[in-house]
Amino acid sequence: MADRAARSGSTTPPAGAGGVASSRPAPKKKHYSLLTRRDTITLWVMAGIPTLLVGVFILLPTLASIVLSFTSWNGIGGLGAIKFIGLKNYSDLINVYQPFFPALEHNLIWLVFFLLIATPLGMFFAVLLDKNIRGTRIYQSALYMPVVLSLAIVGFIWQLIYAPEQGLLNNLLGRTEQGNQISWLGDPSINLWAILVAASWRQVGYVMVLYLAGLKGFDPVLREAASIDGASEVQTFFRVVFPVMRPINIVILVITVIESLRAFDLAFITNKGLNGLELLSTLVTNNIIGETSRIGFGSAIAVVLLVISVGPIIFYLFRSLKEDD
Amino acid sequence: MSQIVTAGAAHRRKNLRRGGLQAFLITMSVIWLLPLAWALYTSFRPYDQTATYGYVSIGGIYNLDNYVNSFNQGQLPMYFLNTVIILVPAVILVLFLSSMMAFTVSRYSWRFNLILLMVFSGANLLPPQVIITPLFRIFLVLPMFAPLSDNGVMYDQYIGITLIHVAFQMGFCTFVLSNYMKTIPKALNEAAVVDGASVWKTYWTIILPLTRPALAALATLQVTWIYNDFFWALILMKTGAKYPITSALNNLQGEFFTNNNLIAAGSILVAIPTLIVFFALQKQFVSGLTLGSTKE
Repeated sequence: MADRAARSGSTTPPAGAGGVASSRPAPKKKHYSLLTRRDTITLWVMAGIPTLLVGVFILLPTLASIVLSFTSWNGIGGLGAIKFIGLKNYSDLINVYQPFFPALEHNLIWLVFFLLIATPLGMFFAVLLDKNIRGTRIYQSALYMPVVLSLAIVGFIWQLIYAPEQGLLNNLLGRTEQGNQISWLGDPSINLWAILVAASWRQVGYVMVLYLAGLKGFDPVLREAASIDGASEVQTFFRVVFPVMRPINIVILVITVIESLRAFDLAFITNKGLNGLELLSTLVTNNIIGETSRIGFGSAIAVVLLVISVGPIIFYLFRSLKEDD
Repeated sequence: MSQIVTAGAAHRRKNLRRGGLQAFLITMSVIWLLPLAWALYTSFRPYDQTATYGYVSIGGIYNLDNYVNSFNQGQLPMYFLNTVIILVPAVILVLFLSSMMAFTVSRYSWRFNLILLMVFSGANLLPPQVIITPLFRIFLVLPMFAPLSDNGVMYDQYIGITLIHVAFQMGFCTFVLSNYMKTIPKALNEAAVVDGASVWKTYWTIILPLTRPALAALATLQVTWIYNDFFWALILMKTGAKYPITSALNNLQGEFFTNNNLIAAGSILVAIPTLIVFFALQKQFVSGLTLGSTKE
């Protein structure tokens, strides 16, 4: 109801100049006309301060990233020193800057790994835990514990497992001597997979918690009906539960995509995102905190990240805000 | 007769499946707990003990030396305090501002309602690296007055980190709170207006108290997320002594160089506040997460 009012307010041109539909004569909205001048100002302030903060700290920098990506600015000599150089940063990115395609590839591997392994595993755990067998709460807690930890701590904890000499894994494999050590985090052909396992340790629990909440809201009558019709549990899940869970499936899909694009902490804490762990996010960071602060160029990488993220974000927003009834 | 037999067989089969399921879940839970358990185990063993016995071994001395050393050498109290200085105002501000925003968009008809909600939520979903380069430049010049800033700008200041957290988290909180507020009957507003209550009074004395469960869940979630943030201070602060604890981990790594026992103890110490959230406020944390993904 409130939403419908909000929706009609946003699609039909309002009579009031300020945007608050206070002077609308429609009888349904009678209470709006009861807003005093002071109330209108209060509402403007209440919405204005948050909007200003988001505007200055997020929207403005997003737009500035786009503009700066067409310039060659190293941050020295004020805004006057900004020179527009067209698409040069982008052509350099593609033709000259070697870490770019590896980073893009690593982000993609990250996404595929999450989509094919971490996320389905989390959903699978949720389905099993939803059966309410004995000990469910304990299993749930164990699987969900890593979710509260920061990725930086996750990185540290897994270093204890991956360290070449002191690490658990090489000790168990008997590969701790110089020469036969496996450098899980140092070898660029395996370190991405090593941190993906660490990242999944946390992602699985995250997906499990979200999916489990969705399953709890699932109408048990549907499941009973399927079982009476002779459907097996697997059939029931894929033909009945999964399709009905469509909204939460989409949320989880979007979270998976966005988490893959946001991947940063683990790679950075492991080796500053170099040597096999390049990601778009670490390239942006290294371009501004390095000795040579290349703002225009770093912005171009940020814009690539923006362009990739915008699709799933908009898709998600339309689904979650439009289907609001 | 044969029917009874098959029923019994089916029952046995079901029991067997349950048993298999239990075994599988126990195995998975053990695997999941193993990394943390390993860190815990390593943290109790002095370095020379693991050097003699090897890391994967039982025996020798167990004590809390690593905790004492990482706490002192790593200057953890200082970094914990930095986190508190950033975190407490950030959580209060983000809940206060986003509840006001949610109140206006969910309970009044604005022209830009939907657009604003979309922009807010979208801003929250962006990877932080998309905005960091210009934000870094903005922080270098954006003025901030004396008690809140000792260099006149936002860069390298607690207030800067607090505000970027507030701006970044506001989208999620507004989204959750406005969904929550939509479930509060609109008639309450009308009753308040009839009683002559102002908009502010309606928000503060009627709607906000009813939103308390959502606020509690969000507060838990925000404390955890802001505590866990690694990125913002890394770029927007330069004084290492001002770093919040999670960002400081990056420097600690250099200090504890190759001493895995110290790293283990330090990790556990830094994880303790979030583990408290895990044990004590699990319900709030989970309901905060799910409030954001499902609708009432």
